[in-house]
Amino acid sequence: MAALLSGLAVDAPFRLHMGILTLVLGLATLVALRLPERVAVPAGEASYMDQPVRIGSLLTVFWGVVGFLVGVLVAAQLAFPDLNFGPWFTFSRLRPLHTSAVVFAFGGTALLTTSFYVVQRTSRARLFGGDLAWFVFWGYQLFIVMAATGYLLGITQGREYAEPEWYVDLWLTIVWVAYLILFLGTLLRRKEPHIYVANWFYLAFIVTVAMLHVVNNLAVPVSVFGSRSYSLFSGVQDALTQWWYGHNAVGFFLTAGFLGMMYYYMPKQAERPVYSYRLSIIHFWSLIFLYIWAGPHHLHYTALPDWAQTLGMVFSVMLWMPSWGGMINGLMTLRGAWDKLRTDPIIRMMVIAVAFYGMSTFEGPVMSIKSVNGLSHYTDWTIGHVHSGALGWVGMISFGAVYFMVPRLWGRERLYSLRMVNWHFWLATLGIVVYAAAMWVAGIMQGLMWREYDSQGFLVYSFAETVAAMHPYYVMRLGGGLLYLAGGLVMAFNIWMTVVGRVRTERPMPTAAVPQPAE
Amino acid sequence: MDYDALRHFADSWGLVYMFGVFLAVILFLLRPGAGRRAMDAANIPLRDGATETGHD
Repeated sequence: MAALLSGLAVDAPFRLHMGILTLVLGLATLVALRLPERVAVPAGEASYMDQPVRIGSLLTVFWGVVGFLVGVLVAAQLAFPDLNFGPWFTFSRLRPLHTSAVVFAFGGTALLTTSFYVVQRTSRARLFGGDLAWFVFWGYQLFIVMAATGYLLGITQGREYAEPEWYVDLWLTIVWVAYLILFLGTLLRRKEPHIYVANWFYLAFIVTVAMLHVVNNLAVPVSVFGSRSYSLFSGVQDALTQWWYGHNAVGFFLTAGFLGMMYYYMPKQAERPVYSYRLSIIHFWSLIFLYIWAGPHHLHYTALPDWAQTLGMVFSVMLWMPSWGGMINGLMTLRGAWDKLRTDPIIRMMVIAVAFYGMSTFEGPVMSIKSVNGLSHYTDWTIGHVHSGALGWVGMISFGAVYFMVPRLWGRERLYSLRMVNWHFWLATLGIVVYAAAMWVAGIMQGLMWREYDSQGFLVYSFAETVAAMHPYYVMRLGGGLLYLAGGLVMAFNIWMTVVGRVRTERPMPTAAVPQPAE
Repeated sequence: MDYDALRHFADSWGLVYMFGVFLAVILFLLRPGAGRRAMDAANIPLRDGATETGHD
């Protein structure tokens, strides 16, 4: 079928893209045919379906390293433009590859994987629908491969974080509906009367992303055999649709889903329940009510009606409250167990993640205020903000979840090395700090240079001068990215050694001081 | 209903309705006995200790 579409293609990229699809599907079929016959599981309903979670944990690490690597590459291209190799490996094609690789490949695989793990354990039920989980899992991976190869071929609809063209979007819609059925089906067969709050966040993530994805990608293809399509909306309506999608992708993909992770893995790793369950429910509802309105803050001082801009700003500022409520709830889960910060590098990773969640959800509302946005918009301050959220919050909480799951999934006593988790922690934290600090300085400098005018009313700096001034910070940012990538490689090695069953002989982490009872 | 009417409906009764639902959620959480139930729900992830590993 894909080969046929390749033959009927009306443009060259579509022909190549369908060729790639044929190849991927062909290889997948060959692998599937050669897989050993599955042994019937006698345990049946009683046991959880963990094989997709195992493969998902490994793929999360893999996509993470790939995404960070492409990030380092695009950072290097910005600092040293000679590194653009056209037409496939130019910044313009690699940039969406980087964003999609980290958000959808790394983050998305982490969300799918952890949601499978969490929903089974908090519902005490096996995943619904037998092989449906495999369809969702591999279907999503196919979406990633098609999106990534499409970008390199120059296939894009030019909508930020939604670059894949219409046929890839249709495929994702099918996979996503199957995911929703899988998740709801599992919840319906739960043996636990109450649905644990982590599942609420996962469900909000699944439902909202479905809605955002469908509305944002309403488009008419030029030809059913071609890779081009045109959006159903035009002008400012199109812009608002894009940023309604764009900001809620941050809110529901990168926040709600990962909060689900926080509400399960943090209590598990700390071995104590969340600080306040009722606060977690208020966190949930206030986040859901407020987030969806915040998108217009991406369109300050544009053709968007003024009231809509102000609405976006006001709701963004109000988001402070649920965000900080959630952060406090996460951090206070460690009440009475703060010594674990010293003894357990995995909990340390989760705590720094929640701290970055608090920090970037503080910075975001500040930047959404119109007068601040007048300085920050279009500058690298925004890039710094996104990365403190993505590297700090999304990255660190996912690393924590993977470190938590892998020894349990493979039945290992512990990770290959806890000391290496500590190394990963420091490499990543230092990398984020270098990255964010460089971008703050660069972005504010850039914004101030753009708006500087002399007594005659002429602009003082040409655009090229601002670019030249940014160069040192671009190099520093590259350094921060390299540190973060190095941390990712340490994790990949550690996880792999854990999976093959090795245990590193190392000095143990300091143990908790046991207070002596008073006699 | 044209755009203008819809917008005025949304930022008056629509907003009041949403806020009312939100308040209802909070009041429901503060009803007598909710604290004990919440404590029980918070312990859901911690109750599966022995059955964590060894699944297909």
